[in-house]
Amino acid sequence: MQTVPFAPEQASSFAADVDALYGFLWALTIVIGTALTLLILYFAVKYRRRIEDEIPRPVRASHRLEAVWVGVPFVVAMGIFAWSADIYYRMYRPPAEAIDVYVVAKQWMWKFQHLDGHREINELHVPVGRKVKLTMTTEDVIHSLFVPAFRVKMDVVPGKYSTLWFEPTKAGRYHLFCAEYCGTSHSGMIGWIDVMEAPEYQAWLRGAAAGASLAAAGEQLFQQLACNTCHKSDGTGRGPSIQGVFGKPVQLGNGQKVDADEAYVRESITNPKAKVVSGYEAIMPTFQGQVSEEQLLQLIAYIRSLASVQGTTLQGGTAPAGQQTK
Amino acid sequence: MNIEVQEQPPRTHYLNATYGLKSWLLTKDHKRIALLYLASVTFFFALGGLFAVAIRVELLTPQGDMMQAETYNRVFTMHGVAMVFFFLIPAIPATLGNFLVPLMIGAKDLAFPKLNLLSWYIYNVGALLTLIAIVTGGVDTGWTFYTPYSTTYSNGNVLLSGVGIFITGFSSILTGLNFIVTIHTMRAPGLTWFRLPLFIWAHYAASLIMILGTPVVAITILLLAAERIAHVGIFDPALGGDPVLFQHLFWFYSHPAVYIMVLPAMGVISELIANMTRKNIFGYRFVAFSSLAIAVFGFLVWGHHMFVSTQSVYAGLVFSFLSYAVAVPSAVKVFNWTATLYKSSISYNTPMLYGFGFIGFFIIGGMTGLFLAALGVDVHVHDTYFVVAHFHYIMVGGTIMGYLGGLHFWWPKITGRMYPEGWARFAALVIFVGFNLTFFPQFLLGYMGMPRRYYAYPEEFQVLNVMSSAGASILGIGYVIPLIYFAWSMRYGPRASANPWGAFGLEWRTSSPPPPENFKETPIVTWEAYEFRPRHEAEVIDITRH
Amino acid sequence: MAESHSTTYGLAHHFDDIEQQREAGTLGMWAFLITEILFFGGMFMAYILYRAKFGDAFAAASAHLDWKLGAANTAVLIFSSLTMALAVYYSQVGERKKLMLFLVLTMILGATFLVVKGYEYYHKYLDNLIPGFGFQWGGHGDPKHVEMFYFIYFAMTGIHALHMIVGLGIMTVILIMSKRGRFTPEYHSPVEISGLYWHFVDIVWIFLFPLLYLLGAHIHNQ
Repeated sequence: MQTVPFAPEQASSFAADVDALYGFLWALTIVIGTALTLLILYFAVKYRRRIEDEIPRPVRASHRLEAVWVGVPFVVAMGIFAWSADIYYRMYRPPAEAIDVYVVAKQWMWKFQHLDGHREINELHVPVGRKVKLTMTTEDVIHSLFVPAFRVKMDVVPGKYSTLWFEPTKAGRYHLFCAEYCGTSHSGMIGWIDVMEAPEYQAWLRGAAAGASLAAAGEQLFQQLACNTCHKSDGTGRGPSIQGVFGKPVQLGNGQKVDADEAYVRESITNPKAKVVSGYEAIMPTFQGQVSEEQLLQLIAYIRSLASVQGTTLQGGTAPAGQQTK
Repeated sequence: MNIEVQEQPPRTHYLNATYGLKSWLLTKDHKRIALLYLASVTFFFALGGLFAVAIRVELLTPQGDMMQAETYNRVFTMHGVAMVFFFLIPAIPATLGNFLVPLMIGAKDLAFPKLNLLSWYIYNVGALLTLIAIVTGGVDTGWTFYTPYSTTYSNGNVLLSGVGIFITGFSSILTGLNFIVTIHTMRAPGLTWFRLPLFIWAHYAASLIMILGTPVVAITILLLAAERIAHVGIFDPALGGDPVLFQHLFWFYSHPAVYIMVLPAMGVISELIANMTRKNIFGYRFVAFSSLAIAVFGFLVWGHHMFVSTQSVYAGLVFSFLSYAVAVPSAVKVFNWTATLYKSSISYNTPMLYGFGFIGFFIIGGMTGLFLAALGVDVHVHDTYFVVAHFHYIMVGGTIMGYLGGLHFWWPKITGRMYPEGWARFAALVIFVGFNLTFFPQFLLGYMGMPRRYYAYPEEFQVLNVMSSAGASILGIGYVIPLIYFAWSMRYGPRASANPWGAFGLEWRTSSPPPPENFKETPIVTWEAYEFRPRHEAEVIDITRH
Repeated sequence: MAESHSTTYGLAHHFDDIEQQREAGTLGMWAFLITEILFFGGMFMAYILYRAKFGDAFAAASAHLDWKLGAANTAVLIFSSLTMALAVYYSQVGERKKLMLFLVLTMILGATFLVVKGYEYYHKYLDNLIPGFGFQWGGHGDPKHVEMFYFIYFAMTGIHALHMIVGLGIMTVILIMSKRGRFTPEYHSPVEISGLYWHFVDIVWIFLFPLLYLLGAHIHNQ
């Protein structure tokens, strides 16, 4: 696929598709613009006023013509809509096999955390040809993660997680920008995405100092904050066990069923009364303000690491012995 | 109709009928109020322009070297605030609209002359507060005031400028209300809806938006202010609030607001084309209805500013679809204006040049809107210079061209004097060249990845930025020239007759300048819109079969 | 036929006749009221959103409001709309004394509403329920979401109360005008238009009362 002029490199699986639509839109603009301009110039010359007092005869309207130039643009517009919606929809469906990276933005830097413990600031190393999914939040104001070479962008909003995914197709070093105005050093909140061929990436993994894996850090925090006193692994505590929970549906006390994803876990820590598991009391205290966004991600990583462990079932309402049911 | 012959300018007219400061500051005459507004909006245009100069000079170099980042952030915010709220929204409606609406419908004044004067004072109170906010340090949130930056993190004068904008919003509401009531109840005998000038249709549609949309941004700013004072509020995530709610409420007004800015300009262009070609606008009813369609659909598309805001993908699909729908009526206007030129009699004077310029810019501005409505492309270009280029093509290339074209066209009616045609055509050309050089490179910068509101940028963006800044200096000159010759013409320009253009419309059937009561006798309308020649003489040419 | 302006009482110079003036005034007030709907609409949107998200906390917070006072205020306003409608009627038939009587009654009822509101606000202050100024909540429901409810409560009822105060100001002006004998069966549209405004403020309250006061009605002791 030929790149369009004045465009960044095509470095992700989205780039060629986006450029193709963009190129088509410019072609359409140039064709229509030129045609209209030439027509107007032609009329402007041919029908210029020759006698000062002349008054032209009126021309009757033509409903057929109106129908044509309402109908044709509408159809073309719908075509463009469908084409672009397809690309957009794919951008919003991260594939299951994507590598997870967690991102915390703050004024004025990007903090990346790989699951294995590698932490990076303002720079992200990823292997070429592998799908990567970023789960992001911010500690303060709204920012927006933008990688022009990948043609991707997503806002990061305080109080919730947003996701963005891409598949780098070409090794190289690409700009990373913050694209939502966030204060003094908004234009300084920039960095690099380093896409590496597999051997170089392995070398980087070995070379870069990594802390404890995110999940290990999370496990430590889980004990430090005494979560394990209620969330016992055998399910006999005052709170539900967290084994085998992540990624599966959870039955709530009000009859609803929700998926235990990152957002659910984050909310359950910061606002426990919002979604109470069926069969349990709403007695968990909130940890809002006691854990940072990064620590929340560590806890999530830990709970996630237990996803495949066989746990006490949370479906249905039978509470462990000793608990009161509503 | 017959073209009016040269006649003696009147001795007494609305400008000299009464003298003294009080007669101006306490006037109830819509024509004088229009001139009061002209002074106010010109001031803010100049102020916004100065901020623009500062932006473009800083962006000549990749580094941030002319001013500090904090300062730059305040400069671009103030540029947006001054231009959007204090120039673009009121410019055409409050100057040309106020002056012409009663004249065009054969009325003696608007329905509520005192409310009209009040609206000017309200504008000035809000403007004063905002000016105080500017000189005591400014605001740095961007004209969009996104939370939580504006509620919790900004050190700027958010409260003061927010209150200023809030107050000025009521000026807009009162103007819209006045226009709607006037157009409904005060048309001259015989002036049915489909005999109205398209300028009136456009202002009617824009007024609908003014009265329905502005209150929403008013309450949004109020809630923002409350949150800033109390440090708790509905946009605060710490309370469970949603910062994105602010964006929904803000854009619910601010998208229709861009139609408040452009619809009146389109109304002007219809007048310019009809009168400079001496023909009824082709497809008059379609153009009239398209103004209403834009007003209605314009309220349904606000989410296209929020495709990557974390709103749901389904919301994105709906808003994109509707955004394409709203593009259609705008296209209809362009096609109808072009078709009007067919077998017409085109004069090349300055108003027509601005008309041509508008159409050219609007084609580019409008088509690039299609890029932004395209979800897959918008993800890439959102919050980049591509967006900046698009809206400047519409607001500057569109609205300001319409404003200047209208000022030139109606200048003899407003002042009784003609401006110098040679200088005016020259200035129009300078503006056209300068504008394209300023803003076209920004489309390319945007797709290449340069985000907006950036004070410093990577080196590879410099060449296009320098081009843009060079264009801005030319554009600036182009704007200064009319300022000079308009002022000059008020004293030295040749006196104008009642109808120097041979134009159609009731405003041309009274003297230049008009008497205070507009018409010596209430006109009785027995002709169709733009009926330069009787309708029955129309050629039944089926253009589709050529 | 255009009436002679010098002989038609109350006709502004820019209108052709009194009928046009009345039509313009009425349409103007309706257009203004529509802007008010949009103005309050933003707050209603926020209310709907957060009530859906935080139903329990909103119910608990609402239960703490005194619904009896709210209901009494609702009755006061509805009754004031009756007195207002009667005032308009008497202006139409030219009975000046009755017009003034019912205007005064309307104002008294409006003032009563504001006094009750002030009393409610004062108690919220005593109970530390003013968001952002020492807010404290020990009852059922997440305190943060209860604070959100009270933010919306004060915003909506506060702006409504401001509109009431403006309404009282308008009534004062109308009262003075009627005292000076300005209104006749031919010219009384200012009274009608003020009536429209008053009814609108009443209707807004009729929406506010159940949405704010009756959410927690099923919770018995708070």
